[in-house]
Amino acid sequence: MSSTLKTQLAFAVIALLLVIIGLVQSWNVALGILNLCLISAVMALGVNMQWGYAGLLNVGVMGFAALGGMSAVLVSQAPIAEAWQASWARLLISALCFSATIAVSIVCYRKIAAGRNRNLALALVIIGGLALTRFFFDPAVTAIESIEPARTGFLGGMGLPIIFSWVFGGIVAAGIAWCIGKVALGLRADYLAIATLGISEIILAVLKNEDWLTRGVKNVTGLSRPVPYEIDLQTTTWFIDLMRWWHSGSLGTLNEAEQQLALRQFVIDGSSIFVKFCYTGLFAGVLVIVLLLSVKALNSPWGRMMRAIRDNEIAAGAMGKDVTRRHLEIFIIGSAVIGVAGAMLTTLDGQFTPTSYQPLRFTFLIWVMVIVGGSGNNMGSVLGGFLIWLVWIEAEPIGVWLMAFGTGWLDESNAIRIHLIENAQHMRLFFMGLVLLLVLRFSPGGILPEVVRKQGS
Amino acid sequence: MEAVTDFVNAVVLLLNFIVVPGLSYGSQLALGALGITLVFGILRFANFAHGDTMAFGTMMTILVTWWLQSKGINLGPLPTALLALPAGIAATILLLVMTDRTVYRYYRHSRAVPVTFMIASMGVMFMTNGIVRFVIGPNDQRFLDGERFIVSARNFKSMTGLSEGLSVKVSQGLTIVVAIFLVALLFWFLQKTRTGKAMRAYSDNEDLALLSGVDPDRVVLVTWIITAILATIAGTLYGLDKSFKPFTYLQLLLPMFAAAIVGGIGNPIGAIVGGYVIAFSEVMVTYAYKKIFVYLLPQSLEPQGLLQLLSTDYKFAVSFVILVLVLLVRPTGILKGKVL
Repeated sequence: MSSTLKTQLAFAVIALLLVIIGLVQSWNVALGILNLCLISAVMALGVNMQWGYAGLLNVGVMGFAALGGMSAVLVSQAPIAEAWQASWARLLISALCFSATIAVSIVCYRKIAAGRNRNLALALVIIGGLALTRFFFDPAVTAIESIEPARTGFLGGMGLPIIFSWVFGGIVAAGIAWCIGKVALGLRADYLAIATLGISEIILAVLKNEDWLTRGVKNVTGLSRPVPYEIDLQTTTWFIDLMRWWHSGSLGTLNEAEQQLALRQFVIDGSSIFVKFCYTGLFAGVLVIVLLLSVKALNSPWGRMMRAIRDNEIAAGAMGKDVTRRHLEIFIIGSAVIGVAGAMLTTLDGQFTPTSYQPLRFTFLIWVMVIVGGSGNNMGSVLGGFLIWLVWIEAEPIGVWLMAFGTGWLDESNAIRIHLIENAQHMRLFFMGLVLLLVLRFSPGGILPEVVRKQGS
Repeated sequence: MEAVTDFVNAVVLLLNFIVVPGLSYGSQLALGALGITLVFGILRFANFAHGDTMAFGTMMTILVTWWLQSKGINLGPLPTALLALPAGIAATILLLVMTDRTVYRYYRHSRAVPVTFMIASMGVMFMTNGIVRFVIGPNDQRFLDGERFIVSARNFKSMTGLSEGLSVKVSQGLTIVVAIFLVALLFWFLQKTRTGKAMRAYSDNEDLALLSGVDPDRVVLVTWIITAILATIAGTLYGLDKSFKPFTYLQLLLPMFAAAIVGGIGNPIGAIVGGYVIAFSEVMVTYAYKKIFVYLLPQSLEPQGLLQLLSTDYKFAVSFVILVLVLLVRPTGILKGKVL
């Protein structure tokens, strides 16, 4: 079977599954799943760039996704003027102190010869600089957090439309990725994995504790939306007319009073689906852009160089390719894509809750998507994102149903039965692991393996 | 006289809030890191499933503990979990040997690159995590019984007449004693027995060891058995000391990795040193020193703030920063491990 045909077939199966969910459960559920599938696919594309193109093992996906979420808050929330007024001078000084610390330590690192002296000087500069920074920063934080702590208590954001945060999220993630890459790239794959795992935990720790930034575990809710609100739609004339036209077949058979009632219900249901559909359009747009750019990049000389480096670093290095620099590039780009997806996710949720970021869901599940879909193949990652998210979501009701069915011969109040049904949802973790191991063992290239191009074809 | 009492009080504070918790947490980390370092030394990959192996072993121990408690069997002042440990260890050995047979052996025989092992270990992590959550649920479980304290703060105060108390929990004392015993046993095994020597030879140079007639399957089997014993005991001790929750064990992965690398990965002594380094830095950096300085300094110099370097929630950051520092300054770890 040719790879194009296989790709088309695989996506046809996904579409069919979504249609079945739409018919059996509801279209609302199906669209909800589709939206998260699209976001997962973008994240998987980001990981695929790092792992599939360049062989970099990034186990900190969660951290970059959280950075994207943070930027959604920082872009869309209105700035809190009082908080800025109360703290701007101290914030400015502490920012200056912090930059000066970094600048001086870089100078120390460059100018002093490696050895005990340099380490000592660096330690002194960093500790002294941080102490000075905190001397100005701590009172500023206290001032910010004391302003209406129940409602705000943070600096707020830029008050821009939330859609800009998708770009901003990418930039923030790229910036942090640059810092991490500078330190951790060039280490062996194992170390990079552990280092990124650590970084993502630190990012989460910062987001949970720095209340002045994003309110920490108090969460930011009620983020603005790039699409209309259901409530507004339900009173808009053109939307009601649209629903009347759409359902004209079933409405025509009813009398006047019944028509009004039925139309009302159609408008309420329809508004929710319409909103989800708007999101689908936006997310699909982002996915298509990222996908097109990825395909373009992978087929360019740059992509060829990346694959050469991945397949044999030493040979590529001998050919004069700057391996560490290329790795840094791809690490930044991949992380930026994950950041964009993270911002999209928070936009969809309408709230930023740092505690909801769990490594199994946000890091390792994305990895399952990439490996199962096909590492090194962009369409494969997209497929993995769709398929694994579908399975992840639907495994819960199916698992509970299977457990209820399987234990049907036990009494309703049987403790074992209750326990099995209650905990059935956790079996999806087991199932995911199983899928990952099976694919890794029997089809290491994934469902849609990387297409190996021969010279001249 | 008062100066002396103040000084003693400060020392007791230090012991109570830094030394005792640091020692027990460090011992738990060291036992966990030993498992990681052994797998790394022999099988040559970073085992992401280790935290969940610990959770699995602890869960089995908890289940047997509950059964024993329901039968009215206990160890008096010591926690019943000690009695249940052998069963937990046996179950964990079974789990690890089974995963090796079904997952890792194939890659070993096909000489796959370490990264493939690592991704496979992610799959194993998912599955183990799923089993643990399915059987015992994602919530906190307590299974500590028997006496709570060896020395309680109140007794200590009335005994010594100091204003600061020193408390040592049974679980903390137990952790330290068990860790010393286990580590001694492990080193005896690695240094003196034939199998232990074969393991060291295999870790040092696989090809030479194979040429000398070392049976690789046997070495790997023994490695998994030892890892299971260490992981179950470390997990149970941690669960007794704090509490058992599957998610916390997943999070322990990071400090354990850090301990193994900081000490020098593949080097068992390094894992122990690393465990204590990480544990003590976590405790020391997140402790508020105000009270100690109140005792030590004259009243006029009393500090204003809490004198806490970082809030407790940043303890993961501490282990990570140490990890990065060691990687930059001394990539082989404090004691020479394998150069990566």
